[in-house]
Amino acid sequence: MLDGPSVAAALKGCGVTHVVWIPDSELGTWDQALSSDSDLQLIRVCREGEAIAVAAGLMLGGKHPVVAIQCTGLFEAGDSLRNIVHDMKLPIFMIVGLRGYYAYQQKKTSDTCPVFAEPILKAWQIPYTILENRHTAADLAHAYRQAQAENRAAAVCLAE
Amino acid sequence: MISLREALHVLAAHRGQRIVITTMSPIAPWHELSDTPLDFAYIPSAMGQAPALGLGLALAQPERGVIVVNGDGCMLMNLGCLITLANHPANLYVLIIDNSQYEVTGGQPTAGAGRADFAGLARAAGIRRVYSYDRIEAWRKGAAEALTGDGPVAIWLKVEPKKGQKTPAPPRPMAEQVDSLKKTLLS
Repeated sequence: MLDGPSVAAALKGCGVTHVVWIPDSELGTWDQALSSDSDLQLIRVCREGEAIAVAAGLMLGGKHPVVAIQCTGLFEAGDSLRNIVHDMKLPIFMIVGLRGYYAYQQKKTSDTCPVFAEPILKAWQIPYTILENRHTAADLAHAYRQAQAENRAAAVCLAE
Repeated sequence: MISLREALHVLAAHRGQRIVITTMSPIAPWHELSDTPLDFAYIPSAMGQAPALGLGLALAQPERGVIVVNGDGCMLMNLGCLITLANHPANLYVLIIDNSQYEVTGGQPTAGAGRADFAGLARAAGIRRVYSYDRIEAWRKGAAEALTGDGPVAIWLKVEPKKGQKTPAPPRPMAEQVDSLKKTLLS
């Protein structure tokens, strides 16, 4: 289970400086913890492709951002991902809320988000890890550190 | 109307040590005026994302300052960025080079050609410092004020449209530009 305080602590422990985001209903529960932490700057943007570009600018300037968005926004952000990850080769790290994941596993939803989220990440060649309810912020931190150590983009998908 | 080259000449005189991000048609003429590690030709780009890239840089490097030379077509692809810029004060100056057309694809009119009020949009988004110029004399006179002080600043320049422009090419490979800019900023 990932809650706001544990995620904020994990990100700080990893040296993350900024969280650039448009929350969904699950990520949104982290707002208080992220926005009240003086060691993390929460950057609120209007669209997910914009979040990735802001994060890219922060990285060029020496900061260590993560992007937190819903999978619907991931779909919108394809051009930014292509450019920032594959043209500029910046190791963006994303936390992606995977709407309808559990309901889809149980065949109890007609939501198409879980149908396309993983194929989209594969299409954009973004390595990803799915974090389920049994996972903790330590798993998030591990995924971040591994991606940074390998200087590559990565995503964790938060099963919802 | 202002010619693009004249507009960029004025910018070159006032850019100081700030990072300049160029997009589309301004890339080639700007490269002739300035070619330093702080000049970032954003090509290949993510459509409409130069102001967002500039915001990230400006937040990371608050003492440096960033100027984004954006087209009207690029602005229209991401008008929401004006809200984001207003919400995150930083030393960021966005020049909106408005020729009312997609110049690099053959000069087709944009959806907002001749009607979109970019100054009004910027003000409505919450950006307090907004300037508009449609004559070179006024831009020459106003540039010093517009390009100093606290950001964000939006500067709307109405420039002459041109036909038959070539698709812009990067002056250097993107990887080289990224490395050069990072080294300069972080050294």
